Amino acid sequence: MTAPSLTRRHVLDLDDFSAGEILHILDTADAMKEVLAREVPRVPALRGRTVVTAFYEASTRTRVSFELAARALSADCVNLNVALSSTTKGESLLNTVRTLRALGADVIVMRHSQAGAPYLVARYLNICMINAGDGAHAHPTQALLDLYTMRERLGRVERLKVAIIGDIRHSRVARSNLWGLAALGAQVALCGPATLLPRGPELELLPTVALTTHLEEALEGAEVVMPLRLQLERQQSGLLPSLREYRELYQIDGARLARAHPRALVLHPGPMNEGVEISTEVAHGAQSAIESQVTNGVAVRMALLYLYGHGEVSDVRAP
Amino acid sequence: MSAPPEGRGLLIRGGRLCDPARGRDEVADLYLSDGKIALESAPAGTPVLEVGGLLISPGFIDLHVHLREPGFEDKETIATGTQAAARGGFTTVCCMPNTEPPTDSRAAVEFILRRAATHGAIRVLPIGCITKGRRGHELAEMGELAAAGVVGFSDDGSPVADSRLMRQAMEYSRAFGLPVIDHCQDPALSQGGVVNEGAVSSRLGLVGMPAAAEEVMVARDIALAELTGACLHLAHLSAASSVEHLRRAKALGLPVTAEVTPHHLALTEGRVMGVLGPLPHKLGPLPASAYDTNAKVNPPLRTERDRQALLAALRAGLIDAIATDHAPHTLVDKECEFDDAAFGISGLETAAGVLLTLVDKGELELTTVIAALTAGPARLLGRPDLGALRAGAAADLVLIDPRAEWAVEPAQFASKGHNTPLAGARLRGKVLATIYGGHIAYLDPALEMKGAPLA
Amino acid sequence: MAEKVIMTAAEMGRALSRLAHEVVERNGGAAGLVFLGMRTRGVPLAQRLAARIKDFEGVDIPVGALDIGLYRDDLSNLGVQPKVQRTDIPQDLFGKDIVLVDDVLYTGRSIRAAMDAIIDFGRPRTIQLLVLVDRGHRELPIRADYVGKNIPTSLQEEVQVRLEEVDGQDEAVLMRGEVKAP
Repeated sequence: MTAPSLTRRHVLDLDDFSAGEILHILDTADAMKEVLAREVPRVPALRGRTVVTAFYEASTRTRVSFELAARALSADCVNLNVALSSTTKGESLLNTVRTLRALGADVIVMRHSQAGAPYLVARYLNICMINAGDGAHAHPTQALLDLYTMRERLGRVERLKVAIIGDIRHSRVARSNLWGLAALGAQVALCGPATLLPRGPELELLPTVALTTHLEEALEGAEVVMPLRLQLERQQSGLLPSLREYRELYQIDGARLARAHPRALVLHPGPMNEGVEISTEVAHGAQSAIESQVTNGVAVRMALLYLYGHGEVSDVRAP
Repeated sequence: MSAPPEGRGLLIRGGRLCDPARGRDEVADLYLSDGKIALESAPAGTPVLEVGGLLISPGFIDLHVHLREPGFEDKETIATGTQAAARGGFTTVCCMPNTEPPTDSRAAVEFILRRAATHGAIRVLPIGCITKGRRGHELAEMGELAAAGVVGFSDDGSPVADSRLMRQAMEYSRAFGLPVIDHCQDPALSQGGVVNEGAVSSRLGLVGMPAAAEEVMVARDIALAELTGACLHLAHLSAASSVEHLRRAKALGLPVTAEVTPHHLALTEGRVMGVLGPLPHKLGPLPASAYDTNAKVNPPLRTERDRQALLAALRAGLIDAIATDHAPHTLVDKECEFDDAAFGISGLETAAGVLLTLVDKGELELTTVIAALTAGPARLLGRPDLGALRAGAAADLVLIDPRAEWAVEPAQFASKGHNTPLAGARLRGKVLATIYGGHIAYLDPALEMKGAPLA
Repeated sequence: MAEKVIMTAAEMGRALSRLAHEVVERNGGAAGLVFLGMRTRGVPLAQRLAARIKDFEGVDIPVGALDIGLYRDDLSNLGVQPKVQRTDIPQDLFGKDIVLVDDVLYTGRSIRAAMDAIIDFGRPRTIQLLVLVDRGHRELPIRADYVGKNIPTSLQEEVQVRLEEVDGQDEAVLMRGEVKAP
């Protein structure tokens, strides 16, 4: 196994993480989970460090998860209220981040509606950048918490059969999971309506997966079943005839889950459209790990902040 | 070398004259007198420029540039844009009408011509709008624009989505004998797109523009050209599938012409990911330079297969002209999130280097490139006086060292737009001097006046 | 790098036996004791001590594992973060007599971190410190209650304790030649 390289500055996607580094993160998250189980879940590891959450796209869940992670490590956590900040006065992303850094931020946790925005910041500014989701591109912390939950519940990720179902084409969660699952040796099947699936040639630069529009095929023997959130606007933009038809063809309900492996685990990146991509009985059923994903998310984000949120900061402009 | 003394002319001696319009490619001397290419031999006492080993071509003609003035003078002006053109070896540029206000009136055309006369380093030929305000609703006053001096009509940047309106534009334009130039892209199919649709767009999570968006518009426009008999010029073709429609149109003898840009001939979509050269079969981690907004251009850089098809079409004479689609932008327009970044490449000053590098690599013949920069666009413009080294014609020419290696340094550009994906790239083939109307429009410091006056 | 054995396996065994007796003697028995081994090598040491006390007192002393990675005060100087593992506290520490077990006592900073960690888990009656080797050079006002062996060292030296459970053999060595700031 490759020795983990922990000298990285940024967590942009999982495409540049080795299996060793991912496992190291998951092991560290184990220790963090113990901290979270304490009566007072707080350790001084990041005392004096400042973590700024800059969410250019609303996501209370992910933001709160990061804030809890930062606080559990005793970091100062500041939320840049993008709606009220200078971004609405037309300040560029780079200038906003420059200002935050000048104000003492050590780590920027950024969510952005545009793919690649964290790469822009990472290219120009020498500050630890953790990508909390960029457009349809990547969501590495979600993928890590999915991997953590799979390992915790099923004991391994290697050789797991994982079915990801739904709007793959627009999904940053699916993309980052592909890299992480590939690194750890899982087998992935992607399934959804053809309008929401990448075409075959579009997967050339991504890890190898099976692609199908037939749910039964994807579920056959699957040990992890991950329905993705169906954005309701996909129907409005004509990619789906109706939510009803989507439900009929792709909803994970009890009967369909029964076609998967008997101990199959159900994950969902949230927030769920219960009754659309997942039935209520499955969402809250015995095989669902959706609630523990939330706790695991905090532990994984603590691990990332602990491992990467330290380095000294100086201004280096990329060539 | 200072400007040649008026009246005494200049003898350019020992260069390789490449003049596809007249089928010439030979070592010969060229005598310039009174701003024209002289017929007679040079008299004694004429200053001599020894250019052994250099290439002499008619001044290049660019059918497609954005000079940005009026309205976007922070991006470019007629002065800086034409200086950039001169550095690139161009003596004639056709400027697109997407200015503010757009070139949809006599006053707007006259403004450009006046500014070009007073501030321009070379010849500027304006292109007028197809529709009023480039809004795609009503025809612009094409007759008035033609009378004012436009050389074609285009809503470049905004394809004419309404097929009926396009038909009418083409029918109406016939009266003036000027081409309708379309930016071929189905707006619904390419909606929201910022890169080519395919492996790269999927890898980066960016919205893609399928090649089919261009193809369907090319097919529609060709059908309309057949219906109306109007001259159609297809701007900046980028997709292999478009070439097949062009081939069919030419085989039918339709008045359809096409251009291609140096960047579509040289680069592919991998540039957007920061990958230089062909894409590896499986890409590992994204390079730090991924999401390079300087490679964001419309139409987008496409695949190696598309690039090869464009090269083949150019070699086969299907594509009539190489045009830069010079689209200068400010740093702020480009140093931002990918979706927000402006489309376009500042291309005038790298075009010759990029194309001659393709010649050096054996991907194109020198005469093909020179023809597509001179005779091809001149024919398209109906200007036999341009793009050829004809005795008595205006002395528009360019001196090139095809072997000189140089590195692209955007900071040194004459253009205000430093937006190029080629920053730092090493190119082979350099413009050393551009002569426009007998006057030196650009002179590389490396070129020196050598040789004694003619004895 | 020159290496000198400062404690053989046999000496280590005798030292641990003596330390086990000292702990019981000092605390008037084994009731209310909790051993917390500091990861990595403090944990097997604590287990061995508990086993010895079980032999002669017949009492099971709970043994826990403490990872102080998240309590260190030198994190930002390290560049690369030390691996943290789970802390495993066997029971409520309130009112208990904690014996903190580590292999080498040096600057005292790890012990300071360990005490912070313990106090996060509750308020013990006492915290005592047991180390196999004390090499001196303290930077904080900390001393050990039980010491296997005092080894005077220079700052250029390093003490390494090797244990069967972790390293395959029992011994303590003194290494020279590497200049290391404390």
